[in-house]
Amino acid sequence: MELLIFLILFPLLMAGLLTLIQGENFRRAAVICGAVLIGIASLITLADSITTQAVYHSVPVDLIGVLIFIGDIIISGFIIFVSTKARQYLVTGITILQLILLCVVEWLALADHARIPELFSDQLSGIMAAIIGVIGGLICVYALGYMREYHAEHPDRPDRRPRFFGIMFLFLSAMFGVVFSNNLLWLFFFWEITTLCSFLLIRYPETDEAIKNAFRALLFNLAGGVCIPVAFLAILLSQGSRYIGLHELVAAGPGIALIPAGLIAIAGLAKSAQFPFSSWLVGAMVAPTPVSALLHSSTMVKAGVYIIARFAPVFEGQIVGILIALIGGITFLAASAIAISQSNAKKVLAYSTIANLGLIVACCGVGTAEALWAAILLIVFHAIAKSLLFLSVGTVEHQIHSRDIEDMTGLVTRMPKVTMMILIGIAGMFLAPFGMLISKWASLHAFVESVPPYGILLVIIIAYGSGITAFFWAKWMGKLIAVGEPHRGDETRIPQSERSILYILSVLTIGVCFGFPIISWYLIEPWLYTMYTSVTDLISLSNIEIMFMMLFLVLIMPFSLARFTHSARRVPRYLCGIPESRPSVFTGSCGMNREIALSNYYLDRMFGEERLSRISVGIGIFLIVLLLNIFVIGGGL
Amino acid sequence: MIPPDPFIAAALFIILAPIVGILITGLDRILTARMQGRVGPPVLQPWYDIRKLFQKRQVAVWGAQSFFIFCYLIFIIFTGALFFVGGDILLVIFAFTLGHVFLVLGAYVSYSPYAHIGAERELIQLMAVEPMIIIAAIGLYQVNGSFLVGDMAQHSGMPILLLPGVFLGFIYILTFKLRKSPFDLATSHHAHQELVKGSTTEFSGWTLAMVELAHMYELVVMLGFIWLFFGANLILCAGAIAVIMILEILVDNCTSRIRWQDAMTSAWFVTLVAGAGNIFALSIM
Repeated sequence: MELLIFLILFPLLMAGLLTLIQGENFRRAAVICGAVLIGIASLITLADSITTQAVYHSVPVDLIGVLIFIGDIIISGFIIFVSTKARQYLVTGITILQLILLCVVEWLALADHARIPELFSDQLSGIMAAIIGVIGGLICVYALGYMREYHAEHPDRPDRRPRFFGIMFLFLSAMFGVVFSNNLLWLFFFWEITTLCSFLLIRYPETDEAIKNAFRALLFNLAGGVCIPVAFLAILLSQGSRYIGLHELVAAGPGIALIPAGLIAIAGLAKSAQFPFSSWLVGAMVAPTPVSALLHSSTMVKAGVYIIARFAPVFEGQIVGILIALIGGITFLAASAIAISQSNAKKVLAYSTIANLGLIVACCGVGTAEALWAAILLIVFHAIAKSLLFLSVGTVEHQIHSRDIEDMTGLVTRMPKVTMMILIGIAGMFLAPFGMLISKWASLHAFVESVPPYGILLVIIIAYGSGITAFFWAKWMGKLIAVGEPHRGDETRIPQSERSILYILSVLTIGVCFGFPIISWYLIEPWLYTMYTSVTDLISLSNIEIMFMMLFLVLIMPFSLARFTHSARRVPRYLCGIPESRPSVFTGSCGMNREIALSNYYLDRMFGEERLSRISVGIGIFLIVLLLNIFVIGGGL
Repeated sequence: MIPPDPFIAAALFIILAPIVGILITGLDRILTARMQGRVGPPVLQPWYDIRKLFQKRQVAVWGAQSFFIFCYLIFIIFTGALFFVGGDILLVIFAFTLGHVFLVLGAYVSYSPYAHIGAERELIQLMAVEPMIIIAAIGLYQVNGSFLVGDMAQHSGMPILLLPGVFLGFIYILTFKLRKSPFDLATSHHAHQELVKGSTTEFSGWTLAMVELAHMYELVVMLGFIWLFFGANLILCAGAIAVIMILEILVDNCTSRIRWQDAMTSAWFVTLVAGAGNIFALSIM
């Protein structure tokens, strides 16, 4: 229990400290030490969770409950203050509504006061904590070098790095709070802190666009978050306060838990940027790249899917679960399709995050043991590969001053090492022996048998989505390695901290591919056994062997590259014209000298962002309203 | 049906598949020639072509091209071996995609306009056929109750009777996979198209030979897929393959290449109506 409290309070302490530190060297030392400590502590939590069953802790101090309520009021007060100042009255309205609901909840809870353990940890918490601690910590360290360059590049933007790093650590603290809370009131408090932190981080550049997008993120997350106090009301009014604990609620089964779980899942959908809420995450990329990496990989969106995963057993075989799974499935398909039409690297990453979260949500909505297994592996793989991709794109952006994929032509000769890491990240996102594919495969296995005929509907969605995914990733890979004229590679200007973090993340990306059976045997399967009576063999040994064979094959292949590079005689490419002295120039018709310029297909007419978003937001709203209808009618019955 | 030892099965595939592939391609060329009023080359012409390519001097824009094509060949062989050993069919499909991504990367590397557009179109083809292949695998699972090719091959009945839509859809996308007109968007057997030789423009010598060889393996794997629709009825299966191949050649000879938009949307449409409809119906029953 000390460890859990340490993980929640230590980053908080660090946040306070970092806000006060002005000196850069001191800050660097503090961030690195803090990140290392948090990483180690989270790994110890992970190691602890292997051996034990879920452990519940009651915090002995009664006062903390009151403090948390006061904290809620302060957060709401702050949001009301900020939003009225910016004339975002919709945000103000929702916050006031939420505050009123929360007061009612507290008043009801006072009347009927069951004691439930406030904190707990089990294997899923352990996995989440390790993701938050390790990946989050790495991102914070990366941000040291990145933010210095960022402010050198944008002298017009206010340099408030002390506050920036403070919020980053506050974010980590809140995330630990979310994954360790058993008392849902606590969970909600931490949940609201993550919303607030993301708002503050997104508006960090203080440009008009950043402020606008930050308020959009705030609005969508609050609108989703308001469902949580409603869920509390549903629990307290119909069942009494002993079900206000996460574990107690899940154990109570769908008869009692379905409506509250569904309402909380809607908040999760908003937080994990599913259609119709998705646009906040795309808008959030105006923030500096470490923020995007943090929001996309280890925090924020992962809080959303975490809470849905927690309630997955409740959703198994229920129409509510199927609707949630459909929202996830449609998000997966639509966001992947939109990613085709994007040439901005960060936007491609943003849409692919939304798509992958969609797949996770679909798995959780289906709620069988197999599907949940796939979902948790997806969370792990995605967190690592996506943070690697975001951070390497951030590094590239500072070197070539563009985040457009078209400008990355031939990056392999200019920045060979970073390109290699981007390629590893991309391969991790969609290619066969790497992480994400194991989960896609497992989810296909899981869906095909579950809740016919809806499971097949999801299978069809994944079948289409998987082809689409391959298209946009592969064309990005192609752009990186297509070399018109070789440049001399120069990567010396990349800050040391950025470079080492990228190395660590690349090793982790490959490492979890080898290590996933271990994660599965020691963490995920024991966790699933505690909730499901029968867990079938999820992935057979022979298939793991084949995966490993492929993985080895892929990894040793590059060693033969040297042999091939010198085996052929160089000739100019075929240009249907006369080659010139420079290899990318040719003499075309009328004796004109022309330079080759090649760009990728974006299939705009078919996969245009605006059109597809409109359609899928429409479908998303329809499904969400349908869900709410079910809850209202279900509650009435 | 399948030899008990997986190593023997894999070895048999690796040795026999090119021979079968060469014979089928040779017959294909003769038939094509007859349809066009020519006599055509000897049956073994594809083999002579590949042999000649291996003897030629190696030229390339960048050496990395051959590396990617080597990976392509290795993974196509791996995929095929996995299939004929009786492995998990979804794994086979995903390994297949991996192989194709290497081919596409090989085409991208050269930064040649023709190869570049070929690579883009290769990816569009990949995107067009992937849903149908996955749906076919799911359909076969629904009939057999197993994802293992080994179990599917033991099916005593005729899965095609339950999967007529899936089979039709699969035949439709087979045209993409065999690189036949009207869906030979990326590269074609006939060098009179607007993209010169498309994705393979910049390959020569034994790099091109590896591409040809990989196509042979691919052909055999695709025919293996058709076999799964017939279970243990080998004679019927052989007949069906003959009919399908003749139809493909006929279509190849009397149609012209269509735009990628039409190719992709039609493939997706057929997949949805015939394939997805079929497995959805099976799931309701």
